[in-house]
Amino acid sequence: MTIGYLILAFLLSAGLFLNRNRKAAYFLTGLFLLLQLVFTVYAGMHLRSTDSLYFTFDALGFLLLATLGVVAVPAAFHSALYIERHEETPASRGIYLGSLVLLITAIGAGYLANHIAVVWIFTEITTLSASALIYHHRNKLALEGTWKYVFICALSISFVFIGILFLSLSLRHAGSTELSWANLLAGSSQLNPFWLKLAWLFIFTGFTVKLGLVPMFTAGIDAKDTAPGPAGALLASVLMNLGFVGVFRLYTVVAHTSIHGWVNVVTGSAAFLSVFVAAAYMIRVRNVKRMFAYSGVEHMGLVMLGVVAGGVGYYAAILHIILHAFVKSSLFFQYNQLYRVFQSKSLSYMGGYFRLHPTGAMVLLLGFLSAAAMPPSGLFVSELMIFRSLLEARLLLPLVAVALLLTMILWAFGRNVFRILFLPPAGFEAPPAKPAPAWESYSQFFLLALAVALGFFPPEGFVELIRESVALLPVTPPEVLIPLPASGALMP
Amino acid sequence: MADVLLITFLITLFYMAIANRLMTYVKVLALQGVLLFFVAFIQLSEINLLNLVLILLETIIFKSVAVPAFLAYLLRRNQITREAEPFLPNFVSLLIVTAIVVVTFLLSNYISDTILDKLFFVVALSTLFTGLYLIATRRKIITHVMGYMVVENGVFVLSLAVGNEMPMLVNLGIMLDIFASVLILGIFLNKIGDVFRDVDVDQLSNLKDY
Repeated sequence: MTIGYLILAFLLSAGLFLNRNRKAAYFLTGLFLLLQLVFTVYAGMHLRSTDSLYFTFDALGFLLLATLGVVAVPAAFHSALYIERHEETPASRGIYLGSLVLLITAIGAGYLANHIAVVWIFTEITTLSASALIYHHRNKLALEGTWKYVFICALSISFVFIGILFLSLSLRHAGSTELSWANLLAGSSQLNPFWLKLAWLFIFTGFTVKLGLVPMFTAGIDAKDTAPGPAGALLASVLMNLGFVGVFRLYTVVAHTSIHGWVNVVTGSAAFLSVFVAAAYMIRVRNVKRMFAYSGVEHMGLVMLGVVAGGVGYYAAILHIILHAFVKSSLFFQYNQLYRVFQSKSLSYMGGYFRLHPTGAMVLLLGFLSAAAMPPSGLFVSELMIFRSLLEARLLLPLVAVALLLTMILWAFGRNVFRILFLPPAGFEAPPAKPAPAWESYSQFFLLALAVALGFFPPEGFVELIRESVALLPVTPPEVLIPLPASGALMP
Repeated sequence: MADVLLITFLITLFYMAIANRLMTYVKVLALQGVLLFFVAFIQLSEINLLNLVLILLETIIFKSVAVPAFLAYLLRRNQITREAEPFLPNFVSLLIVTAIVVVTFLLSNYISDTILDKLFFVVALSTLFTGLYLIATRRKIITHVMGYMVVENGVFVLSLAVGNEMPMLVNLGIMLDIFASVLILGIFLNKIGDVFRDVDVDQLSNLKDY
């Protein structure tokens, strides 16, 4: 079934590339969304089974696939709006929609892949399709963004490949050459620690370009800035989740080995630095899109801190990336309407948005509250759990430092958003009010409401699936950064 | 025999560190491709016809002929100045590359592993870090591309070290190399050279936070 899905999706993508007819383009895109829906339902009905040899519909893969499906529909819808408004040529429309379909397919397949090399291949395909989306405007800035993204992604992909080679050396000590996740997990006790450490360093560094952590996060920021809004929404949400899947599945393996503590130190440092870097950039950023992108860096840093802390942090991390995908994509979907009012990306030329476009302003306000993890937001729940896991892992120093950094981010983010919403335009002429129709914001309201609902009133099945995603991880954390006093069970 | 070739490969890295002209880099890259072919030919004991053709295609045709020819064409077409314009003097570069090789040698002492030939490990990691060093200290975008090619050569050496047990990984590495190089060079050919006339990383700083 998965192979069939991939072939059909690639055919649709190729069809979109070649097609020059406007109606046919939207028809094919709609057909792809239908295919995506059917495939997601099929995956849900065949949970825990392996399909087409290299794909397994496990709990984590299915949860993220469903998230992808939910984000893909408004992404296609806003892409269509974007294309209609920009008087695209048939060729650039074809390239855009074809790449969009290819990107969504590759991300979904990457979630489900049960072999590290297959994840790696689909990550490569996302680089290819994302670069076509980033280069959409074909101007100097787009070229610069594309070049940086392609170059850093190419380096990162080589890093992941080196990591896979080291992993294969490590696995050889377990008397096996099969690099599937299940086999790695089964042989985890015999993996050679030296090679495994090198493998983790390279694979983690390589995937940070997609995940958006220190050290490789910069390319992603430029990419989200230069790509059209709806494509940026995918890069800032579901593509980051693909990076998370790569890191998390390997983490599940190393968590059963003797290097677990060492991995926690390395990963925790990178995660903490990411929150720090995000705070530093958030304070001085003037470009709205980049501000949203840096907020993503902060969230992924928190997620990895949750993973490192262990215990309830594992659960919180999965919940957080799902809710973050809904919230962040809705902010990016709203961005284009914001841009149409002010004709600028810069905060210096924005103000009084509430008066000019109340519906859009509501999205921005609610999106900000959600992204900042204020109480009505679903992210509040997961962030609270991450803090609890840090507390339970006795990581007090990082906890306090992260709390301080989050306060700074909240202040900077809030200052900028409230400036856009409420301050009267200063130093530039107020644009004439020509707001987008309110129905263009409905999908954003839906996504934000979904994030709240899943955070506060999660359905039984959803909770079960998240529990199952983290079930393979060890319950008791290793001796982490600060030696633990002998304490009892750390799980709630 | 493979050892001699690998050590020759290491020496080319030192030569790259002090090379001044861009054409020298191109020639060294071509030489590295030939060396890699012979290393692969000797190292992979059970080589079948398909693998041999693929490796021949990758090393000789792609690494030694196509990419260097293409880079030389780009240099001519965009009239890029012949100097490499490093940020650091060549002598410092030589010291740093030496340091990289020495450190990887020391690191390889920690390996108590009979599976892996240590020399492969040393050459692969040295090549990787030299490539990254070249990317970090050269001013032109085209030297970034060349640095990336050096990184790829390091990856190829490492994949040969495990190639006997897992031939699939060698093929994957070749796929990565061709895919990424074509993507990078494609952008270079199509656009960067046209849009940014004097291709210098200083010009790629328009994406800002404010």
